Amino acid sequence: MAAIFPPWANVAARASLIAGVCALGGLAVGVMAWARTPNATRRYQPVSQPVPFDHRVHVAGEHIDCRYCHFSVERSSTAGIPPSTTCVPCHSTTWLTSATLAPVVKSVETNTPLRWNRVTALPGFVYFNHAVHVNNGVHCETCHGRVDRMAAVYQAEPLTMNWCVSCHRARAPRLTNCSTCHR
Amino acid sequence: MSAAARPLSEQPARTDRLALMHGRPSAGELTDHLLAPLWRSSPLWWLLFALSSAGTLLLIATVTYTVARGIGVWGNNIPVAWAYAITNFVWWIGIGHAGTFISAFLILLNQRWRGSINRVAEAMTIFALVNAAIFPVLHLGRPWFFYWLIPYPATMNVWPNFKSALPWDVAAVTTYFTVSLLFWFLGLVPDLASARDRATTRARKIVYGIFAMGWRGSGFQWQRYRVAYVLLAGLATPLVISVHSVVSLDFSIAQLPGWHSTIFPPYFVVGAIYSGLAMVFVLVLPLRRAFKLHDIITDAHLDALAKLTLAMALMLTYSYVIETFMAWYSANPAEQYTYLIARPTGPYAVVYWIMTALNVGTPQLFWVPRLRTNPVVLFVASVGILAGMWMERFVIIVTSLNRDFLTSSWHTYAPTWVDWGILAGSIGLFGFLFLLFVRFVPSVAISEVKALSIQLSAARPARATSDA
Repeated sequence: MAAIFPPWANVAARASLIAGVCALGGLAVGVMAWARTPNATRRYQPVSQPVPFDHRVHVAGEHIDCRYCHFSVERSSTAGIPPSTTCVPCHSTTWLTSATLAPVVKSVETNTPLRWNRVTALPGFVYFNHAVHVNNGVHCETCHGRVDRMAAVYQAEPLTMNWCVSCHRARAPRLTNCSTCHR
Repeated sequence: MSAAARPLSEQPARTDRLALMHGRPSAGELTDHLLAPLWRSSPLWWLLFALSSAGTLLLIATVTYTVARGIGVWGNNIPVAWAYAITNFVWWIGIGHAGTFISAFLILLNQRWRGSINRVAEAMTIFALVNAAIFPVLHLGRPWFFYWLIPYPATMNVWPNFKSALPWDVAAVTTYFTVSLLFWFLGLVPDLASARDRATTRARKIVYGIFAMGWRGSGFQWQRYRVAYVLLAGLATPLVISVHSVVSLDFSIAQLPGWHSTIFPPYFVVGAIYSGLAMVFVLVLPLRRAFKLHDIITDAHLDALAKLTLAMALMLTYSYVIETFMAWYSANPAEQYTYLIARPTGPYAVVYWIMTALNVGTPQLFWVPRLRTNPVVLFVASVGILAGMWMERFVIIVTSLNRDFLTSSWHTYAPTWVDWGILAGSIGLFGFLFLLFVRFVPSVAISEVKALSIQLSAARPARATSDA
């Protein structure tokens, strides 16, 4: 009876077993590593907006405080996305006719809100409260990065639970109860 | 040698009927006979295969529907948060236990009758575990996050909750599945080599050849093989005890009356082996008839299995009695209510009494020697026991949950068509996998049967001289 397998089949069998184990292990390690990259966490990816609002000009140039526009950050769970009328006090005299500002003008005239795109998204099962953080010494830039240097705002931190918990463990040891954030 | 070779029964008149093997076929004849199902199919197989494929499709459909719509499509709701899914989980994983019991326990106890049925029993274990694993994962509600149960370096920077029963189940089931699969495959290697050598087409030779992993049957290989096999048997044996103990602790860590009991681990292990033995009958009896294995799976095997089943039934009955007694003896009104009023007279009293009749009553038939070898009686009784054991888990889970401490939260559970569909579908998947197994893998351990044949032939003259 002729042999079914050539002599190198033994090597191939052993090599494929080793390769299979390495591939499975590598896949697991690879997925876990990928989950930590900006691609997976959507970090550093500028988000396009209906109006190319430049935080650099407003924050670094004009020294406008974050809270001027994000008005509810000290009182509410949400920081507050400013209504278009927030722009009016300054822009009633400046840049009024520029094409860049046209959507804002239209929004104010027709009383329809601009649809801004969310940059910093947490899952629905996380109950995050801006006020409690801001009022207890966590600065805006701790989580949002140097927005004053961003032409288009991007997510500055990974927003993984690991990232949240590293702060909750280090600075406020009593805030690691599950129901602090998951209710 | 002669002592070990004595037939199971001491009575000379029954020696022949209860022999471990009828006739003394040559090794070649045995190989040909036992490999025959691999080379040709039959209309009956295709009929059963079509049926079980339909069942598998039903499972896929109902599971897809559940995942798409959420587990709200099931009947369970607070307080009956666990119902069919966990009943099915415990039932299937319990069925798996007899496979390991037969293959691992009995090899360590040197019970030679295991050789003809251990392959079927081990395959049953693996397919039952595949079915069992579906249910807790589905019950998560978001099954795509099942990997959160595994302790791995997650970006969440938290471990799974080790105080929860879920990670215990994951550890128990994955360990059990891994060991069972390795044990099953190791046992298969010499038979796959036989299949490779007897295969008629080149494709089959290559496929069986790859899985035979270069087995040549040399003395060196056999020696290593036996060592590995007994080692794996030693590893698998404690799992028979531990896995279902862990499953039972899922319940007894709760304070719910009907669950909060220290008898649960042994009670569950016995019940598991009991239901598994019944499933072995359900699988082996048709297999024996379809493939004409009467000379290899003899009345001695049925007799021994039936005696084991009866022993398990008696231990289970003892557990039922003690459990009820302890509920009364505890003087705890909630426990007394659950055991003495809610179960026997509550909304699920019918299930409770049918369960008691099937699990306690049916196996009493096996006191009669003639019935222990009657295939029809064994088959019908086994189906009854399997149904009874499913009901047992239903009674434990649902009757405890639906009437707990607070009467204001009492709620009567009823399954939906999705619950029934998943249960029927999982039985279909089990049949589907088993039918593929009997067509593509030697369903009797050929090498073990050949060894037994040689042992029995050698033992004959020795026994004759010692008797004289």
